[in-house]
Amino acid sequence: MENKELALHAKNIRRNIVKEVYSAQSGHPGGSLGATDILTELYFEEMDINEENLNTLDRDRFVLSKGHASPALYAVLAEKGFLPEEELTTFRAINSRLQGHPNMNYVEGVDMSTGSLGQGISCAVGMALANKLDKNDHRIYTVLGDGECQEGQVWEATMSAAHYKLDNLCIIVDNNNLQIDGHVDEVMSVYPLDKKFEAFNCHVINVDGHDYDQLRAALKEARETKGMPTVIVAKTIKGKGVSFMEDQQGWHGVAPNEEQYHAAMKELEAE
Amino acid sequence: MAKVATRVAYGDALKELMVENKNVVVLDADLAGSTKSGEAKKVDPSRHFDMGIAEGNMMSVAAGLAASGKIAYASTFAMFATGRGFEQIRNSIGYPQLNVKICASHAGISVGEDGASHQCIEDVSLMRGIPGMKVIVPCDYNEAKQACKAVAEIDGPCYVRLGRSGVESVNGDDYKFELGKGVVLQKGEKVALVATGLMVQEALEAAKRIETAPTVVNIHTIKPIDKELIIELAKTHDTIVTCEEHSIIGGLGSAVAEVLAEAGTACKLVRVGVQDVFGESGKPAELFAKYKIDADAIVEAATK
Repeated sequence: MENKELALHAKNIRRNIVKEVYSAQSGHPGGSLGATDILTELYFEEMDINEENLNTLDRDRFVLSKGHASPALYAVLAEKGFLPEEELTTFRAINSRLQGHPNMNYVEGVDMSTGSLGQGISCAVGMALANKLDKNDHRIYTVLGDGECQEGQVWEATMSAAHYKLDNLCIIVDNNNLQIDGHVDEVMSVYPLDKKFEAFNCHVINVDGHDYDQLRAALKEARETKGMPTVIVAKTIKGKGVSFMEDQQGWHGVAPNEEQYHAAMKELEAE
Repeated sequence: MAKVATRVAYGDALKELMVENKNVVVLDADLAGSTKSGEAKKVDPSRHFDMGIAEGNMMSVAAGLAASGKIAYASTFAMFATGRGFEQIRNSIGYPQLNVKICASHAGISVGEDGASHQCIEDVSLMRGIPGMKVIVPCDYNEAKQACKAVAEIDGPCYVRLGRSGVESVNGDDYKFELGKGVVLQKGEKVALVATGLMVQEALEAAKRIETAPTVVNIHTIKPIDKELIIELAKTHDTIVTCEEHSIIGGLGSAVAEVLAEAGTACKLVRVGVQDVFGESGKPAELFAKYKIDADAIVEAATK
């Protein structure tokens, strides 16, 4: 797919993220917008997932370990046509399938219920183990937050992924250096992330998480890497695409007001 | 007949399950020899995963395996399964109602010499609080083996509490385990001893020493609890004595109290169990005596 086409999908996804969080007046816009290009590259180029195989295990699967970026996941599923776009405005509302953090039993295409940080990556390890056991060649992808890497469980999971040589697992760290209380390196430094994952016996690739060429090349390298899981440390900008939300601590879990909503939508207008 | 620990029954159940059901996978956290989950490894090492001393990760990995169509048995000591791994069980397994069977051994103070750090007296309470979680506390080898196999047929999360120490055979060879159904072992009057796990043998021993010949009931399923039977017992007896090797807070005693209170019966309830204190090192029999959960303590509770 042309990068231009991917960028168009990403723009729609970002518009829907803003719409979801605005409708709910609740949710996490910053981390969702920042992870959008990673998810776009995964769902529109990398992953084997379509209408026909959606309801089967015979496809690539994705675990959003940073479950608070659910607006991005729901918007991607809508962009893929797996979820009615008009349903997005029910996000976080009573009786909605679109829970604040994803529930795998409510929405086809949500492959794991997540939200409690550190657990999704372990679930992805379990899914990758199952695929190995079943000689299912499909791959498992998971996206973690960089702040999430403060959870000890992330390292337990990484240790087990490397121990069981899960080369069918690709771990992507959405490295925006922001968490609720401030910059990751000021709150509780997780750096150097690449060296840590290398020390845990993973193949590590550093990329710009908004550059489709780099993401595409890294995901290909991950596919071709045998005998160990690959970790892609993707440098991103939290809030990417909405200027006043970019790299701002304050836009972690805050919804835009009406004025901010219109300003954001204007910035994200399709060309 | 020699006493056999319920964890041994788990190992024997796994040996059969691994052959009968190719979807069964087993995880352990460096205690495969003690929990007996290692028996599965002997059948098919490719379906037994040692996850090392990382219980939280093990629970979420089990969830991932279950999300891929596996029936995942996850084992370690009850303390670390339900204590360390509580939130992983709650969020990775419980919330999505995934097909994970947590079979935890070394529950209760019968762990003995290892002391309070390893004597889990809160596990039933913790697991009972998770929506949809079924909680089973088998009383002997036969029941434990059947329960460990039966949970494979139940869709969704289950907790099976297993012990370290040997227990007498309570049920006959023709016994059939039925989830959620209490078993009346002997019919008596005035007092009903309602016991679970290895306290069933203590209750039977106590019954021999109580002149009025009490009723003895084995409640192997704490959740869903057999309400019908408990209400029936309350209507036909003056006192119910619950017997558990667990804190009196949150376990069988609490579950029975809830049923009795809601039913509005006049039956008196006495809870024999660990009285909101931690255990200590010692031999199981010594601990049962000191913490007043042995047959003597049941006799005392039933006759005062």
